[in-house]
Amino acid sequence: MNILVCIKQVPDTKDVRLDPETNTMAREGVASIMNPFDRHALEEAVRIKEEHDGTVTALSMGPPQAEEVLREAVSFGADEGVLVSDRAFAGADTWATSYTLGMAARSLGEFDLILCGKQAIDGDTAQVGPGLACRLNMPYVTCVQKVSEMGGGFILVERMMDDGYDVVRLPLPALLTVVKDINEPRVSSLKGKMKAKKAVIKVLTAADIEAEKQYIGLAGSPTQVVKIFTPKPRGDRTVFSGTPEEQVNQLVERLNAYF
Amino acid sequence: MLIVDCEKCIGCGVCEEDCAFGAITVEEGCAVVNENCTLCGSCVDTCEPEALRIEGADRIVRADLDEWSGVWVFAEFRHGNIAPVAYELLGIGRQLADQRDVPLSAVIFGAGVEEQVGSLIASGADKVYFADGPELEQFREDVYGHVLEELIREFKPEVVLAGATAIGRSFIPQVANVLNTGLTADCTQLSIRREDGMLLQTRPAFGGNIMATIECPHSRPQMATVRPKVMKPAQPDPDRQGEMIRYVPSEQSLTSKVEVLESVRSELDNVNIQEVEILISGGRGLDSEKGFELIRELADELGGAVAASRAAVDAGWISYPHQVGQTGKTVCPKLYIACGISGAIQHAVGMQSAKTIVAINKDENAPICDIATYSLIGDLFDIVPLLTSKIRESRG
Repeated sequence: MNILVCIKQVPDTKDVRLDPETNTMAREGVASIMNPFDRHALEEAVRIKEEHDGTVTALSMGPPQAEEVLREAVSFGADEGVLVSDRAFAGADTWATSYTLGMAARSLGEFDLILCGKQAIDGDTAQVGPGLACRLNMPYVTCVQKVSEMGGGFILVERMMDDGYDVVRLPLPALLTVVKDINEPRVSSLKGKMKAKKAVIKVLTAADIEAEKQYIGLAGSPTQVVKIFTPKPRGDRTVFSGTPEEQVNQLVERLNAYF
Repeated sequence: MLIVDCEKCIGCGVCEEDCAFGAITVEEGCAVVNENCTLCGSCVDTCEPEALRIEGADRIVRADLDEWSGVWVFAEFRHGNIAPVAYELLGIGRQLADQRDVPLSAVIFGAGVEEQVGSLIASGADKVYFADGPELEQFREDVYGHVLEELIREFKPEVVLAGATAIGRSFIPQVANVLNTGLTADCTQLSIRREDGMLLQTRPAFGGNIMATIECPHSRPQMATVRPKVMKPAQPDPDRQGEMIRYVPSEQSLTSKVEVLESVRSELDNVNIQEVEILISGGRGLDSEKGFELIRELADELGGAVAASRAAVDAGWISYPHQVGQTGKTVCPKLYIACGISGAIQHAVGMQSAKTIVAINKDENAPICDIATYSLIGDLFDIVPLLTSKIRESRG
C-alpha cells in the first residue's frame, strides 16, 4: 500500500486577533504551520500503513521553507517528504496547483491511495483535492470522516454530508479528502523528531516534473485576482450592563424583529 | 514576476506591511521580493509611487468566448428536496442573466426530479435541464461530474453557479478541472462588469480577513460556488412560464466506479446549520453536555438551530457537524447568539458575517465582544434561561 499525502504550509492563526478598529488580522510574528486538515490526512495514512504495510510519501508545493512541514510530516511517520518548488509556480490558482501536484505525483510513481485535507485554512477552497483526482483520473470522495474497511482492491468510507453521512465504496487507486473527525493525530515521538532532523527532503522543480509552462503559475491559472480588499468593519457594538435581568430586557427590546 | 522599479521606489515600506505572505522587505531604500510572493497583486494596488508591477504572465486564451452564452444554476436535489440555496442561486442568477440579456437556466439531477421543475421555473428559470434516473438518485462525484460536464460541453453556458454545499464543493471542482476553466469557491458577491460582461466573483480569503475579487478572463464557463444564505432567494411566481428540457446522459457518464451503500441522516438536531436563520451556539463556558440543554431550549423557542465552538465539539458535548469556525463550517445566519464562546479568530472567521451577533460571556474583554453587536456580561447559566423565558413571555 503506497500512500501519498498532500500537505500545505499555511500561516498559523492561533492567538491572532482581529483589530476591531481596522478589522484586519494582526499578522506580525505569525508562524507557519501544517494545514490542520492535512495533519489528519497524514495521521490516517500512517495508521493505514501500520495496518497494511507500505510507504507514506508527503508531498507539498510551496516556497523553499515549506520544507519544514515535510520534515514535520516525517516526524509524524511519513517515510519521505517531497517538495515541488519553483518560482514559476507563483500565482497558481487551484487549477494550476492541481496540474502541478498531478505532474509531481506522476513523476514519483504509482500510488494506491492519495489523502488530502478537506481544504487549506488560508484559501478555504477545497478544490485542489478533487482537481488532483481529476488530473490523475482517479475516483475520489471528499469530506471522509471514517475509513471503515480496506481490502481486495477496495476501500469503504463514510463521507460527511450536510444532512448526515453516506457510506461509500470505491476501488483503489483512489483519492480521499478528510475532515478532522477522522482521527486524533499523534504527537511526534523523540525517535520521529530524530528521523525528521536527518531526513533529506527531495526538491523538484518544474523541469523535474516535466510540467508545461503554459499550465503552471499565474500564466496557467484560469482565474486571476482583480483586487484584494479588507471587508467593511462590523457596525456599532453595544455592551450591556446591569443585572442579568436588566441586560436580558435590553436585548429582548432590540431583538424584537426576530420573535 | 513581481518587478520593482528602484528608481521609483521610495522605500516607504507600505508594501512590506501590506503583504499577507511576508514576501517583501525593504532593503537599502528599495523593496525586495522573495520566493513567498504569490503574485496576488495587492502590493501593486497600494504602491503610491507605482514602483511595482506584475509581468511575465502570458495569458493563455483557452476558449472562443463568444460561443458561450447564458447563465446556469445547478439546483441540488437530495432525499426528495431541492436545497434552499438553489432558490438563492436563481435570485442572483436572474440578476446576472438580465444584465447580460441572456436566458437563465437551471440544471437538476436525481430520481423523480421532473415534478420539481415547476418550482425552478416559478423562481426565475427560463429553461430547466433535468436528468432523471435511478443512477442519479445518490450523489456520486463521478456521475454528477460527467453529466454536468456533458451538458456544459453541449449547451455552452457562459456562467455556471452552484451552492457551496457538501455536494457542490465536492463535484464542481472536477467539472471545472476537466473543462480547463476557472472556479471560484464560496463566493459572497457576484456581479457583471459593464465594460466587457465579465463575471466578477468576490470571496473571503484568509478566513474572511481579506476579500478577493476574481475573474476568469480567458476560459469558459465562468464557474463559481456560492455560500448558502448570502444571496436573496428569488420570489416565486407560480404563473411564470419556462421550458422543460429532459436530458438523457450518455451511458458512459452514468457509469460509476463509486458505490453508495447507505445514506444516513443524522437524527439529533437534523438541521444543516448553514441553512438556518437563527443559530444559538455554545462553547467551553457551557461546562458540559448538559449545558447544551439550555442552548437547545433557547434555540427551540426562537425556531433556530444549535451550533458550537471547536472546544465544545472536542470535549464531546456535541457532534462535529455543529462546529462553526476555521476547521468547521462557515455560517451566515441573521442572528447568531454565542454563549460561553471566547471568540478566538478560528471561531470568528466562521461566523463574523452573521447579520446580528449576540455574545453572552462572563468576560467583557473576550474577543467575541469585539465583533458582537450586543454583549451581555455575566453568568450564562443565569442569562440564557432568563432570555428563553423573556422571549416566551414577549410572545405571550
